[in-house]
Amino acid sequence: MSPPSFGSGGAGESGVTRAEYCAIACAEVFRGDGEVMASAFGTAPALGARLARMTFAPDLVLTDGEAALVAGAPALGADTSTLVLESHMPYRRVFDVVWSGRRNLIMMASQIDRTGNQNISAIGEWSRPRVQLIGVRGAPGNTVNHPTSYWVPSHSTRSFVEQVDVVSGVGYARAEAAGPAAARYHEIRRVVSNLGVFDFDTPDHVMRLRSVHPGVTVDEVVQATGFELVVGSDVPDTRQPTPGELELIRTVLDPRGLREREVRP
Amino acid sequence: MADKRVTLDELVGELHSGMTIGIGGWGSRRKPMAAVRAILRSALTDLTVVSYGGPDVGLLCAAGKVAKVVYGFVTLDSIPTDPHFRVARQSGAVEAMELDEGMFYLGLLAASQRLPFLPTRAGLGSDVMAVNPSLRTVVSPYDDAEELVAVPALRLDAALVHVNRADAGGSGQVLGPDPFFDDLFLGAADRRFVTTERIVATERFSSEGPLQTMCISRLLTDGVVETEGGAHFTACVPDYGRDEAFQKEYVAAAGDPDAWAAFADRFLAVDETGYQHAVGQAGVERKARTAAGAAAPGRRGAR
Repeated sequence: MSPPSFGSGGAGESGVTRAEYCAIACAEVFRGDGEVMASAFGTAPALGARLARMTFAPDLVLTDGEAALVAGAPALGADTSTLVLESHMPYRRVFDVVWSGRRNLIMMASQIDRTGNQNISAIGEWSRPRVQLIGVRGAPGNTVNHPTSYWVPSHSTRSFVEQVDVVSGVGYARAEAAGPAAARYHEIRRVVSNLGVFDFDTPDHVMRLRSVHPGVTVDEVVQATGFELVVGSDVPDTRQPTPGELELIRTVLDPRGLREREVRP
Repeated sequence: MADKRVTLDELVGELHSGMTIGIGGWGSRRKPMAAVRAILRSALTDLTVVSYGGPDVGLLCAAGKVAKVVYGFVTLDSIPTDPHFRVARQSGAVEAMELDEGMFYLGLLAASQRLPFLPTRAGLGSDVMAVNPSLRTVVSPYDDAEELVAVPALRLDAALVHVNRADAGGSGQVLGPDPFFDDLFLGAADRRFVTTERIVATERFSSEGPLQTMCISRLLTDGVVETEGGAHFTACVPDYGRDEAFQKEYVAAAGDPDAWAAFADRFLAVDETGYQHAVGQAGVERKARTAAGAAAPGRRGAR
């Protein structure tokens, strides 16, 4: 419910882009995290994690996307030879981190549904898919071990579906049905799309519209969603970046403007 | 110390149709591609391929060598999916066992430790359990009584991995940042082969890298093959990075039957020496094209 902030940096006036709101929304996923490994797939999540690390979540541990933890928050696309390495984190050790729960992750979703199931495996019947995607990767294990959020850069009824075709990341209903061992550490924290921010803070853990990015209407979000979203009577806007955050995004963390290639303005 | 050096042909001679073969590396990184190419040239067929999949899986599928793929993903890293694997799945040409990538690790670990299974939360609630009806759960015998996935051992008839350096006795050294799960592939297998950029004298290892880079012991190796460029076109840092231009050409060719026939004829119908020569030639031609088109408008940057 951010009031219109005419004269003090409203959306149009400040020229904050949609991609920058997405980055802010992704950064918020890490708020309150202490010393955990922040893993972020996609440009807005990668930028968000760095922004959180540089501002309100200073203990976050970032990775180089290869096999190391890095000091500080390197710019997107930075020459890897300039990174300050902090610790060795080969894939085998990543599983120790995942299964210990010391991780907060934003991954992509080709499909996501009402109860938070995610699909990156295949479109259509798994046995003979219409479209083979990358595979479930670590999504099953991630979702039952540590907080997981999703980033969907193009929100549509094709990506926000009633039921995903292949449950890769496990949603709330599935985790509960699978028993206490699955539900114990399960948390789908947030879904961020190019239109808004979503969570599962509802009595039966179904997806709720948490905020719309400035410039997007609630109706646009509803129309682009293939299932019934929980929509409150007064949906707030995604928060504005502070001037300091905007400065960090534009001049320090993403000086090449990679964020603008991922999300249409 | 036994001399375990063999040739690529001798390596392939120890494999048989119908075998379950584990392939080390990860995605499009440090794949034993020379050994994969040798399999492509062989009469082997009906293989079950167990892999953190990259172009190894795609090429073997394209050549009709594969009955079944066991994987958590198949990716070219800088390109999300492998075109041949996509076609193989979408046409129903191969059987599939899709696992969470951590389950996959535990399956190899269980096999290498001669255990029937290892427990984990990974997989619970996901369709991995539904699409693999053979998977079972196990109830903790302790007070928590948690019901966990019992990941079955992924036993392998043979394993192939590629490392930066090895010695004639079959010890291997990985100089890049991640040893991946190569030692577990070897540990899970009956016949174990290491291919390497260079076979060096054992005493040379310590000047190549610190002790922890010497991560494949000869306890895990039956044969070692020197094959420079043997991971091409996947990354084999620090010796070389991924050949992104070549990988793009591989993907482009896969999209068209005639182009693929030409690609296969040029790069896959020849032996490994012929392959490396053809890759060199292709690089020279690419440079010439780039120079000729230098005035053309630039395309989207790689990263």
